[in-house]
Amino acid sequence: MSAPAANAMPLLERLPVALRDACTGWLPESWRWLANSLLSIVALFVVFATLFALLTLAERKILGRVQNRPGPNRAPLPFLGIRTYGLAQPLADGIKMLTKEDIVPRGADRVLHFLAPVALLAFSIMTLAVIPYGRTLLPVELDAAVLYFFAAGAATELAIFMAGWASRNKYSLLAAMRALAQLISYELPLLLSVVPVVLVAGSLSTRVIVEKQGEWLFGALPQWHVFTPWGFAGFLIFLVAALAESNRSPFDLPEAESELIAGHLTEYSGFKYALFFMAEYFGMCALSGMGVTLFLGGWQAPFPALGFIPSYGWFAAKLLALLFVFMWIRATFPRLRIDQLTRLAWKFLVPLALVNLFTAAFWVLSAGWAGPFAFARWVVAGALVVGPFLVLGRRLSTGLGPRTYRYA
Amino acid sequence: MLGSGLLQGLAVTAKNLAGSFHDPTRYVTTEYPEQRTKLPENYRNFPFLVHDDPADPAGTLRCVACQICEKECPPQCIYIVMERDEKGKALKRPKVFDIDISVCMSCQICVEVCPFDAIKMDQKYEIATRDRFGALLLHREDLSKSNAYYHQIHPTEAAGVDAALAEQKAKQAAAKAAKAAPAPKAAATTTTPATAATAAPAQDAAISPAPAAPPPATAPDTPAKPTPAP
Amino acid sequence: MSLAFLLIAFLTVATAAVAMALRNLIRSALLLVASWAGIAAFYLWAGAEFVAFAQVLVYVGAISMVVLFAVLLTRPSRDETEATPASAGRFLPALITGGAVLGVLAGAIVGSPLRTSAKPPAAFTVRELGLQLMGPHAAALVVIGALLTVALLGAIVIAAPGRPGDREDTR
Repeated sequence: MSAPAANAMPLLERLPVALRDACTGWLPESWRWLANSLLSIVALFVVFATLFALLTLAERKILGRVQNRPGPNRAPLPFLGIRTYGLAQPLADGIKMLTKEDIVPRGADRVLHFLAPVALLAFSIMTLAVIPYGRTLLPVELDAAVLYFFAAGAATELAIFMAGWASRNKYSLLAAMRALAQLISYELPLLLSVVPVVLVAGSLSTRVIVEKQGEWLFGALPQWHVFTPWGFAGFLIFLVAALAESNRSPFDLPEAESELIAGHLTEYSGFKYALFFMAEYFGMCALSGMGVTLFLGGWQAPFPALGFIPSYGWFAAKLLALLFVFMWIRATFPRLRIDQLTRLAWKFLVPLALVNLFTAAFWVLSAGWAGPFAFARWVVAGALVVGPFLVLGRRLSTGLGPRTYRYA
Repeated sequence: MLGSGLLQGLAVTAKNLAGSFHDPTRYVTTEYPEQRTKLPENYRNFPFLVHDDPADPAGTLRCVACQICEKECPPQCIYIVMERDEKGKALKRPKVFDIDISVCMSCQICVEVCPFDAIKMDQKYEIATRDRFGALLLHREDLSKSNAYYHQIHPTEAAGVDAALAEQKAKQAAAKAAKAAPAPKAAATTTTPATAATAAPAQDAAISPAPAAPPPATAPDTPAKPTPAP
Repeated sequence: MSLAFLLIAFLTVATAAVAMALRNLIRSALLLVASWAGIAAFYLWAGAEFVAFAQVLVYVGAISMVVLFAVLLTRPSRDETEATPASAGRFLPALITGGAVLGVLAGAIVGSPLRTSAKPPAAFTVRELGLQLMGPHAAALVVIGALLTVALLGAIVIAAPGRPGDREDTR
């Protein structure tokens, strides 16, 4: 982790780094790097594991409230018997998952069956390393951080295939193939929606991308990428592709209960299933974190007056807001069929992302326009974003209509 | 425009989410067992026997062991044995009155055919038990509940039954007074139509309990017209 | 020859060798993917971060899918994913061919003058890589782009279901 002028920042801001230095400052210089890295890994894992537990509860409560019911509110604290509005529910779920019998089908490939959740979780956790959680809280500083993030994310797809193959179940293999088709289809809009950000920021490093969104327009308006035409379109494409990449509703065809039992997860029970679940939530958190970093300004505060709230507080607020949007979307939309979602990816999102790249290039090239031309710049960029959306949207929706039947 | 439907859907769910905290129509869960829904008055479950005085439940049991309900019960879940004295004369009380509630289907036919308003439908549904053979066979003591309890669970129905029974009792008292009047021979012929006239409205009141007891003058004029229950 | 180099080299060669030796085709495909990840580790050891991540993204993330789909879609049944040698007589020509390729590659590697210097090279940023690609090597980039576009169009043409009249799926 980097440590700029420590005493120039307020206390809350430098608290995490100060704590870390208090723990490892007494070590000799050669060991300190290793100890710092280990400490940051442990801290990251603790924070995200807690977030995972609370997210499962929050998801069920929010879904419940949207569906006019309370959600889980009965699990009591163990040995105390106090009901805490469902806060002990993740504990109950964890204990249930740990104590369930681990069943491996008789003809299954035991090695691959064991390795699949491990590999999936390992790659999902690896993606968390390059997200800047605060001004001084970037676990690993890489020059090509964005590429690292998506490379590690692409490796998770292999683990899904391993899960489907190792189960020796033709239905889970079929579902794993469908899951792979979905993941590969949505890799392209995901990466294409990120390229304009890299284009405008001029770097693949997440630290630089967040710092470039720092200044305030006219001293008050945030200059996050989402508040530009290409950034808004890119953010929406990124959101849809992130939903599909983490197998979330409405793209949860691979693991929905009405689809081939549980898809590639059919033959998994107990702790391995919990690992898959955890990997899915980690992936969702990582993609949300990357979305916040690339489009929503990372740890930047929206107004300079609110700068007293530490940067990791702003990142957490934005991350939780984006996760709430994910859950809100899950509560609202029905599931897409495999042909509908592949059509959405290839015929709608990919062309839109390519046009968005062009819009971002125009934005960069017209950065020098001033005065009335600044307004013209917004109008042209806005037209470049809205026009293709309307045209492609109209083409996407045709094909629905009164169904005609041909009788053989 | 593509996406307008999506945004409308998001607005609906957001309204549900926000409304579930303050609007009772958007939070419809009754958290059983801390809360219980109010049962409608006509809800019925398994039968019970009515006694009039809680101080003497066995003595004031309305049931006379006529066994009509036993014969009419479709799954034959009632078992009655009349109490007889040493000489074998029937005392109009049931010695044994068993209902097997694992067989009873709550059809209410026993209530409909009882001429004495002795058996009515109860509303208790929390009767789950682990003892399949012992606890699901209810005996006379388990089934006997007071008229006050009947008023509590079916107020209007119980009020109708009480009014009908009071009217019947008044008619019988009037008939007895007429019998004790100076024309004993004339009373012998007038009691039969009087008792026939009082038996009919009692039967009507027992079968279809009206909210207000029909006035006695019009009882013969309104034969078994099905008055809609409230 | 540092320890890290030897370890990565051993892992890469070992996974590739075991991938050749195994009978189970899916397992050998996955071990081949592991050896590609070993090559990505080589790039990281050499300091070329961008190339390492690109190797993972392209090979482990995409080409592995192609290999696995190809294996699964061309096997008649699941249990026949066993690689069986056609006959013993093919062993000698295979050995000769493999040995010849090895000889050519080894000769090229040993014979080409690779500069070695005592000081480690300057850190190579992604920006410089981009400038190099778009500047001196722009022609190669355009040719590769054209090749990929042609390949994509060819794949679409091969996979397209024919004339619109033949199709029965609901649009």
